[in-house]
Amino acid sequence: MASNDSIKKTLTVALSLCVVCSVVVSTAAVALRPTQQQNQELDRKTNVLQVANLLEPGQSVERQFNEITQRVVDLRTGEYAEDIDPDRFNQIASTQDPAMSRTLGGSQDRAGLGGRVENYATVFLVGDPDNPDEIILPVRGQGLWSLMLGYLALEGDGNTVVGLSFYEQGETPGLGGEVDNPRWKSLWPGKEIYPEGSNDPAIRLVKGGVGSNTPDAEHKVDALSGATLTSTGVTNLLQFWMGDEGFANYLARFRDTSQGA
Amino acid sequence: MAKTDTARGLLITPIFQNNPIALQILGICSALAVTNSMSTSLVMGLAVIAVTAFSNMFVSLIRNHMPSSIRIIIQMTIIASLVIVVDQLLRAFAYDLSKQLSVFVGLIITNCIVMGRAEAFAMQNGPGLSFLDGVGNGLGYTFILLAVGFFRELLGSGSVFGITIMQTVNDGGWYLPNGLMLLPPSAFFVIGLLIWAIRSFNPEQVESNEFKITTNTKPQAAEGSA
Repeated sequence: MASNDSIKKTLTVALSLCVVCSVVVSTAAVALRPTQQQNQELDRKTNVLQVANLLEPGQSVERQFNEITQRVVDLRTGEYAEDIDPDRFNQIASTQDPAMSRTLGGSQDRAGLGGRVENYATVFLVGDPDNPDEIILPVRGQGLWSLMLGYLALEGDGNTVVGLSFYEQGETPGLGGEVDNPRWKSLWPGKEIYPEGSNDPAIRLVKGGVGSNTPDAEHKVDALSGATLTSTGVTNLLQFWMGDEGFANYLARFRDTSQGA
Repeated sequence: MAKTDTARGLLITPIFQNNPIALQILGICSALAVTNSMSTSLVMGLAVIAVTAFSNMFVSLIRNHMPSSIRIIIQMTIIASLVIVVDQLLRAFAYDLSKQLSVFVGLIITNCIVMGRAEAFAMQNGPGLSFLDGVGNGLGYTFILLAVGFFRELLGSGSVFGITIMQTVNDGGWYLPNGLMLLPPSAFFVIGLLIWAIRSFNPEQVESNEFKITTNTKPQAAEGSA
């Protein structure tokens, strides 16, 4: 059909197609956004509840989440940043904001965060916010293939692990992907982050298993077999987030009060 | 080959006789990536059915007004818009699965089946038939995905649709999962075996050799040769 190939027709068809398609796409995006955001929020809350061992199937996640207080912490000082609304604060997005984040030197960036870390982080407190039963901290770091994002739950003493779980990771299925394995995750509860009287995290993954007669067994967790780089990544990200650039300053307040009591 | 000009033929033929993956060897890439569990295979299959069917229909609707110079771009625009809509719907209503499928929903755009059907069928046929052709080819794709997903999930995780069939060693059972089955390359083996099985049932699908291997010639003296 020659008439279809005229310049006028070509432009008309191209233009009208673009208009129709963009209207369709943007309608879908705008109309579905509230539902999608709800899903993301629900997903985040479910993950927090899961790592805290509070998730009970069949009950409303929203209701269970009511027992949890969100607070924003200034990672540099360890104080609560009262002027930031935890419900609106997006920690991951804040790494892109120069006013909300700082650069890391090569040796400081142990978790492989691309040389930038946020100044503020959202923490979740279970029970009484001043004297919490559990403290849930967001952690993330580079594994072998992917940035692993997860939560670490500590007991109220700011030292004993309740659980570690990753809600987003792209490690090799069957090897590094076993960070999701319930059996491996069950090795974590009871482990301790810091040695007595120190602010340097000692927690790490070791090869060859951890038995009752391993020295410092309370700071060691069996590494994932066949996934050395993922295991190193987990060690690095914990050491980073529990260290001075991470939550060490914040956690010190719980450790002091619990020692004093 | 069965008739492809009846509605029923359009739906059924692509499943066994003219399967887009098994016979035309199209759309292998996503078949490798998403088939490590049955549920992701099923959702991916449904997404592809929706996209192929509607893209075929829309392409067919405007086929008489399409300038041939920008034909491919128009098809791509329609397909891309549909894929975005499907992706948004999945994120809103099947959030967990869309997280598992991650980029592969977006990559339906590059799935050769969608483009191939738009160009080969929808450009010549009416919207109704084109829609059915899209559904049929999507079904053919889904069928292979589910078959591959079944073997990969059963042998790789000991379960089907997330329901444990063979308790794995990691969960305290007896079955030592085959780690290869969780990795994309294993789909190559499974798809290869499926193609072998399908062609054993339908010998007419076996392609004739492109080259004939002749018997070895005897070495001859240079001057004797022509």
